[in-house]
Amino acid sequence: MAKYLMLKHYRGAPAAVNDVPMEKWTPEEIDAHIQYMRDFADRLVKTGEFVGETALAPEGTWVRYDGDGRPPVTDGPFAETKDLIAGFMVIDVDSHERALELAAELSAAPGAGGRPIHEWLELRPVFGTPLTVTE
Amino acid sequence: MDEVLLRTLTPRVIGILVRRGAGFAAAEDAVQDALVEAVRVWPRDPPRDPSGWLVAVAWRRFLDAVRADTSRRRREDLVDAEPEPGPAASTDDTLRLYFLCAHPSLAPASAVALTLRAVGGLTTRQIAQAYLVPEATMAQRISRAKRTVADVRFDQPGDVATVLRVLYLVFNEGYSGDVDLAAEAIRLTRQLAAAFRHEEVDGLLALMLLHHARRPARIRPDGSLVPLAEQDRGRWDTRMIAEGVGVLQAALARDRLGEFQAQAAIAALHADARTAGETDWVQIVEWYDELIRLTGSPVARLNRAVAVGEADGPRAGLAALEALDPTLPRYSAVAAYLHEREGDTATAARLYADAARCATSLPERDHLTRQAARLNNPPS
Repeated sequence: MAKYLMLKHYRGAPAAVNDVPMEKWTPEEIDAHIQYMRDFADRLVKTGEFVGETALAPEGTWVRYDGDGRPPVTDGPFAETKDLIAGFMVIDVDSHERALELAAELSAAPGAGGRPIHEWLELRPVFGTPLTVTE
Repeated sequence: MDEVLLRTLTPRVIGILVRRGAGFAAAEDAVQDALVEAVRVWPRDPPRDPSGWLVAVAWRRFLDAVRADTSRRRREDLVDAEPEPGPAASTDDTLRLYFLCAHPSLAPASAVALTLRAVGGLTTRQIAQAYLVPEATMAQRISRAKRTVADVRFDQPGDVATVLRVLYLVFNEGYSGDVDLAAEAIRLTRQLAAAFRHEEVDGLLALMLLHHARRPARIRPDGSLVPLAEQDRGRWDTRMIAEGVGVLQAALARDRLGEFQAQAAIAALHADARTAGETDWVQIVEWYDELIRLTGSPVARLNRAVAVGEADGPRAGLAALEALDPTLPRYSAVAAYLHEREGDTATAARLYADAARCATSLPERDHLTRQAARLNNPPS
């Protein structure tokens, strides 16, 4: 078994095939999209592959340390930041092939016109446990 | 309360219920309920006959479930068929459960989960925690696995090799959480070895014992890894090593070599060396040759290159490496090590950094990054 993170981007991913911003969809299309995502997560629980999911607000703050006794420096948000993560789902699957299959399924979520978005998702392996027998 | 006793009784009690006419899935559910009940009741009211207690409670739970079931006809048949005193527990039942839970129709993760629950007697929550997934996910994984094997006949003989692969997975890829999966894998393999005489079962048990014996020296309290050559061998568990060597020698004497015996032999040669420098690398290379003959495993070829590097020098090790596929896991780490031994620290540092990028666990990545950093920052 291996865990994978599926990353969804607000910005920074290559353009989707059905690339229409969500606010231009009809309310019914938005409902259908949200229902698809819920059903997808439910299915993964049933197959025993769901680990967790988190959605992120689009706007965050940049923070850094500014020296002893000084308050943290904050900045942003920056419109020019290329990579903006929208959320992620973690799955626990038997193979890399299965992870690809599930990512494709998630990418097929319906968007404008009820057609699949074909959104690009970033699939990242999660570090596992070190093997005991390595010699 | 003796939780291990409770867990040891689990497969036998499931076996008894199945022979009384319960299906495997229903029997397994009923026994799991009885285990939860035992954890609650036993501490203040310990039973005189733990096994009899579990059978009685599990059977009652099973009947309750049947009564709740819509199938009235089936209920009446079963209730009529009981309550005659059930047959005694049998080691054959335990063995059949191992086969069923490792059935080839199951994906590895499902077989692992089902084995830990039905043979190991762990709760779904414990298994979920051990594999870092939500309990609901693990519950579904287990019930799907049970549906997959629903039509497999309980008394059908299985293939021991599939059971060994499942136990090896539990041992080798277990996180060290609240449930010590490595120790659990050893317990289950020991129990299997007691029920079923087979050289490779013993080989796997020996392999586990010999590796588990090194654990105190292999992982620092902060979780970082200590390479074999740098381990404090005084912290190896000598009793466990002695047991592993004994089990292995008895298996090898029966002259039916298999991959787990060969792997255990390599571990035994490491265990036998008082210092890393005293390791008998020539014999280890020979055992890798056996292992490659038995399995053709590319990982064995990679490890053989390391052993050749120790036995015949790094140049010979690098030559052995040349024939292998560079995309193999840990290839860069092995190449880095051999290049460093040969004195080419620049290449070694680059390869360690490459290896760190391909690592599959955090302790491994950190270890390889430190190796690269060490070579990039020579002591002045």
